[in-house]
Order: sequence, then C-alpha cells, then structure tokens
Amino acid sequence: MIDQEIRAPASPARERRLRRLGLAGLGVFAALIALRLITGESDITSSGTTSATLALAVPIGMAALGGLWSERGGVINIGLEGMLTFGTWGAAFGSYFSHSPWTGLLTGVLAGALGGLLHAVATVTFGVDHIVSGVAINILAPGVTRYLSDLLFTGQTGGGATQSPPLPDFPTWSLPGVGGPLGSVERHHWILVSDLAGLVRGLLTNLSPVTLIAVALVPASFYVLWRTPFGLRLRSCGENPLAAESLGVKVYTMKYAAVVISGALAGLGGTFLAMVASSNYQEGQVNGRGFIGLAAMIFGNWRPGGVAAGAGLFGYADALQLRGGTGAVHAMLLLVGVGLIGLGGWHAYRRRFVTAVVSVVVAFGLLAWFLLTDELPREIVTYSPHITTLLVLAFAAQRLRMPAADGMRYRRGGGGG
Amino acid sequence: MTAFARRLVYGLMARAYGRTIVAALIALVFAVAVTSAVLSVSGFNPPSTFQAMLVFGKESDSVVNTVNRAATYYLSAIAVAVGFRMKLFNIGVDGQYRLAAMLAAATGGALALPPVLHQAAIIVVAAVVGALWAAIPAVLKVTRGVSEVISTIMLNFIASGVIAFLLNPSRLAVTLGPNNIGTKPIASSGRVPNIPYPGSDLAIYGLVLLAVAVGAGFWFVMGRTRFGFDLRASGLSQSAAVASGVDARRMVVAAMMMSGLVAGLVGMPQLLGGSYSYSLDFPTGIGFTGIGIALLGRNNAVGIAFASLLWAFLDESSQILEFNEIPKEIVAITQAAVLLSVVVVYELVNRLGRRIDQRYVAARLGEVTSS
Repeated sequence: MIDQEIRAPASPARERRLRRLGLAGLGVFAALIALRLITGESDITSSGTTSATLALAVPIGMAALGGLWSERGGVINIGLEGMLTFGTWGAAFGSYFSHSPWTGLLTGVLAGALGGLLHAVATVTFGVDHIVSGVAINILAPGVTRYLSDLLFTGQTGGGATQSPPLPDFPTWSLPGVGGPLGSVERHHWILVSDLAGLVRGLLTNLSPVTLIAVALVPASFYVLWRTPFGLRLRSCGENPLAAESLGVKVYTMKYAAVVISGALAGLGGTFLAMVASSNYQEGQVNGRGFIGLAAMIFGNWRPGGVAAGAGLFGYADALQLRGGTGAVHAMLLLVGVGLIGLGGWHAYRRRFVTAVVSVVVAFGLLAWFLLTDELPREIVTYSPHITTLLVLAFAAQRLRMPAADGMRYRRGGGGG
Repeated sequence: MTAFARRLVYGLMARAYGRTIVAALIALVFAVAVTSAVLSVSGFNPPSTFQAMLVFGKESDSVVNTVNRAATYYLSAIAVAVGFRMKLFNIGVDGQYRLAAMLAAATGGALALPPVLHQAAIIVVAAVVGALWAAIPAVLKVTRGVSEVISTIMLNFIASGVIAFLLNPSRLAVTLGPNNIGTKPIASSGRVPNIPYPGSDLAIYGLVLLAVAVGAGFWFVMGRTRFGFDLRASGLSQSAAVASGVDARRMVVAAMMMSGLVAGLVGMPQLLGGSYSYSLDFPTGIGFTGIGIALLGRNNAVGIAFASLLWAFLDESSQILEFNEIPKEIVAITQAAVLLSVVVVYELVNRLGRRIDQRYVAARLGEVTSS
C-alpha cells in the first residue's frame, strides 16, 4: 500500500487524474463566467474577489495542511482552531515589541508549534483521546491569549485585553507590468478576456511574503511526505504504527514531528490573519477557520492538492460574501442549484435513487429561492463559508480514504500481545 | 507509608469512582500550582489572590450567582455528556441552546396561556428545537458519513446567522432599550418564581430544580435502562454493540437528539427566571463551557455537578480580581489547566490502577499456589 504511493510519478493513472483536474478547473471557470453574464454580478470573477480568495484561502489552507500533517502521522488535530489563535497572538507579540514583521512571523509560527507540542504531549506521551485533548486546547487558547493581552497590550496605544496595537506591515510584492494593463482590460467586462485578466491580476499583484510562503508549502509538503524517507516513515505511523515500529521506525518521534509541524503551519495561518488579513490581533479573529480547514482537509481526501482545492473553495465562498455581498452570493444559488441537478442526474444514472432525489429536491429549493428573491439576507450571507462547508461535506463524493490508524491510541510495544 | 494509608490508596485505586476522585484532586492541585506560577511570574501574590477570591465567593450574592450559573452549566454539560457516553462529539450544544432559547422566548412572548401550561409550552418548544437542530448532524452522519465534529461546529455558526436574521425588529424582535433588542418579554403567567436566599437581594432560579431533575434523569437513563446500556455499549465498542443487535444508525440519531433536547433546556433557567426575553445580551458560549465541564466531571451525573459548581465558583469569584488590578482571565487559565491535567492524570491513574489490580491478583494467586 505504502510502496505503491511513492512509486515513480509518471504513471498513466496519475496523468489521467491531472488532466481531469485541469478540465474540472476550466469547467468551474467557464461556469463562473456564464454566471457573471447571466446575473451581471461583476464581482464573481473580479480581481478583487480573486485576491481576496487567495488571502482568505491562506489561513484555511494552512489549517488544512496542518491537519494533513498531523493526521498522516495518525493524530487527529481538532486543536487547530486553538493553534491558529496562538499564532495570531504570537505574531502580534513578536512584531509589536520588535517593530519587525519578520520577528512576528517567527513568533507566530513558534506559538502555533507550542500549541502543537502540547497536543503531542497529551496524545502521544499520555495517550489522551485526541479529540478531548484538541477540545481542551481550543478552550485553553482564548483564555491564555486574553490573559497575556491584558497583561502586555493594555496601556499600549490602541491595545487592550481583546486586541493588540497596530502591527508593522509586511512589504507587498507585485509582478512588474501586470497590474496596470490588466486592470484596464478588466474594466471593459469583455467575456473571457476580462475574467482571465481579473484572475491573473488578482493572483500576481500585491502579494504578501506570507502568502507566497503558504502557497509554496503545499508542494513542499507533498514532496516531503511522499518523496522522502522521512515522509514515508511519518505516513507509515498513520497507517499502521505497530508495523512501522517492527521495522525500526521511531513512532513517538515521528508523531511528535507530525503534530508540532501541524501546529507550526496553523501558527503561520494565524500570523497571516493577524498581520496580513488585518492590521492587528483581535480576539475571535480565527472565527472557526481551524474547523473549516479540517473540512477542507477531508474534502481534499488527506492529500495536498485536494487540500489546496478545498481551501480555495472555502476561501472563494468567504471572499464572495465579503466583497460581492448579498447579490453575488444570491447569484451562486443558481450555480449550486444547476450543479446539484447535474449531480442528481449522475446519482440516478449510478442507480443511487435516494441520493439523487435528495439532490434534486434541494436543487429545486435553491432555484426557487433564486427566482423568488432579489438578494439574500445579510445576516445569513455572512455565514456562507460555513454553509458551503456543510453542503460540500454532505454532497461531495464519499470515496475518501483517511489514514488507516488515524485517531488511534498507540503505545510502544502495544502489539506484543 | 503506614498500613492505613496504603489500604486507603489501594482501596481508592481499586474502584472506578476512587480513581476519578484521586485524578480530580491531583488535577486541582496541579491547576492551583500552574495558576500560582502564572500569577507569580506576572508579579501578583498568589495566596492573597486566592484569599480575595474565597472571601468574595462566600458572600450571599456570590453564592446565589454561583448556583444559578452552575445550573446552566450543568444542563449544558449533561447535554455534552449524553453524546460523549457513546463517543459522539456534540460540539454543537452552543448553537442548539441559543437557537432553542431564542425560538422558545419568541413563542413564549407571543402566547397567552394560563400558568403551568405557559411554562410547559415554552420548555417543550425549547427541547424540540434543540433536538431538531441536533438531528441535522445526526442524519448527515448516518446517511453521508459526515463527521459530527465538523458539522456541529458549522451549525453553531449557522445558528448565529439564523438568530441574527430572526432577531430583527421587522421579524421576531422588539426594542427593549436604547441599545438592545430582543423577543417580546414573556408575560408573568409564563415566568417561573425564584427561590429567595437568606441575606441576599438576589434569588435562585426556580428552574435550578429542572437541572437537578435532568441530572437524575440522565443517571437513570444511562445506568438503569436498556437504551442507556446500548448507548454506553456503542461508545465502548461499536462492533460489539452491533454484533449484539444494536442498530448503530438509530443509536446515533437517538443519542444526538437526546443531547440536543437537553441542550435546548440550557437557556431555560435564565430565560424563565431572570431575563424573560431573548435579547442581544443573552449569555453565549455556554455550550463550549459545557464541553470542559463534562470532561472534568468524567461524563458522570454527580461528577458533573461538582465540576459545574467549581467552574461557576471560579467564574463568579474572579469578579473581585478586577478591583485588585489582576486580569480576571487568570481563571480561564486555571480552568484550562484543570481540564487538560484531569484528562492526563486520569489516564495515568488508570494505568497505575490497572497495575495495582494486576499486582493484587498476582499476590492472591501466589497465596493460593503456595498454600
């Protein structure tokens, strides 16, 4: 099983999968363009939405990647939410008192890693139930950060128990010669051309270094986990720790590494939230993104590429509600409705009639909602990423395979009988 | 160690409740130590801080507030424990109780019924709403295999959206004050009388008794009925339960809805005993507190009672710290430390207990063979 997965890359099945992924991406893009034309909501493909998607996908993606590392090592990490919170505070602490954003990056990642270490001590060394430990960390994090903020930020200009003073900014980078010309193309709202310009401009201008690091970490994680001996050992602990132990793998060390790296990644996501997505640390800033990240990981079938796609999807849902507001999300009802009818047809073709009927009924409900209203209530639209998460988990194909020993308690020598 | 002390330790460690008590005491000592360390590092004096909290916590008003708070926490923790008993993680108690309290308050404000019927109607609406909101993740889990941890957390957020949507002057809300809106206040026929407490102007909510009844019901259903047995069996070993004829899917839906039903009651003591309306300042986050308390109380009706009293006492007595310029969030650290250490210590105590059991059995076997 493990052997198959690290074999040479250019197998035909792999190529087919890549081609299918590319086609799916093009299909989604085409559907979005069509939707923009039908509804006239230009924010559906604008550069603003694209760059917001990228920005909002980073914390979700880092949480998801953190979850991936941890669960590939066999430890469920519900505590990601708390580790993101530690990351936001750590970044604020380091950058404010050193006046350098780069120190903030370091302390944010370290704070997240510390949260991961705590989880590792509880779950690996003491064999505490993984979910229980994660929940405890999620309760611990807001208390600790609030206490420390009250102690350290109160009295500083603009700071207090619930927020830090304004933090130093990271420099932003743009690919030269892209922003201006593409911006004017985008304003014409030409079919395809303007949409493409919006996409490219959003992806290549005003990038923060944290975004670039985060994006680079996706292929890097793939490489380390699937192409190095260390990665193979780590994943073997998530699949069958007793077999790994019998082959001389230091299972405890591997699990510690997985969970601490997981925390560090969450810390990076937290750093992004406090310093790039906003200008200071605020209480409640994480707002469930750790959990959405876990959903993105499940959606991505515990693989880096899928995780990135999941993070992009949830980031897009978030970007659309923030930028496009009630109108653009309203337009999405049409797309989701049509998509669900297609899904229902496919289920019927595969003779899964109950699922097919449920899909079509929900689809008609959404289409009726689209036709009978002009916009969605603001209060509900705010939560569209969460609703998307729930819908995606409910309707996405369930051909997922989690690591075989994920969440299991392991004790050294436990297989001796 | 004297013979008596050894007998005591052995006796305690040989019993499940004894291990729980030992673990809780060690965790409490550890949490006090961590809190003291944090206080010292921050430049405060731990003994005088604890002293101030104890003195303030013993005042009559504080006792009333502690009991009222504890009743609410207790209901929330029992709701969580129902799921935990079968390894079902209902993280959604928070959304369930807020949505239930809001809709029950709106119903109660709109209805005009004679006393007793009025209160009963409100409580039933709350329980039903809680159970139905909890049924969503249950159905998603058994039909689509969606992890209840993720779906209940998402439903907490979605509940916030639904509440914000409905709590609007053009829908279910009325203006209650310059900066507050809420559901129409419940008429006096729907309110529950409070129990006066000597020496205090405040009174204990009448529905504290509801919490006691729910606790007794939880103990009875879990320990004395077939349903409770099936539920606990499913938690200990899903495959063994299925093999002995338990319908795993039905158990998931039933346990989740029962958890949601209890969650629906969480807001009731406060709603019918104090605020009479679901407004913007209705307490939030009690569902998450409940998770901590359920873990601390080892999912046991009596354990949770002690845990919720401790938690409520810490919350209440921390109010005095502000006057001494100490951040009152220090108790959040105490609570988290107690929580994290209790799960670790319980694990260790259990391992040790098992070893003591084995040594005891081995010693007895030795006696048998040598005689």
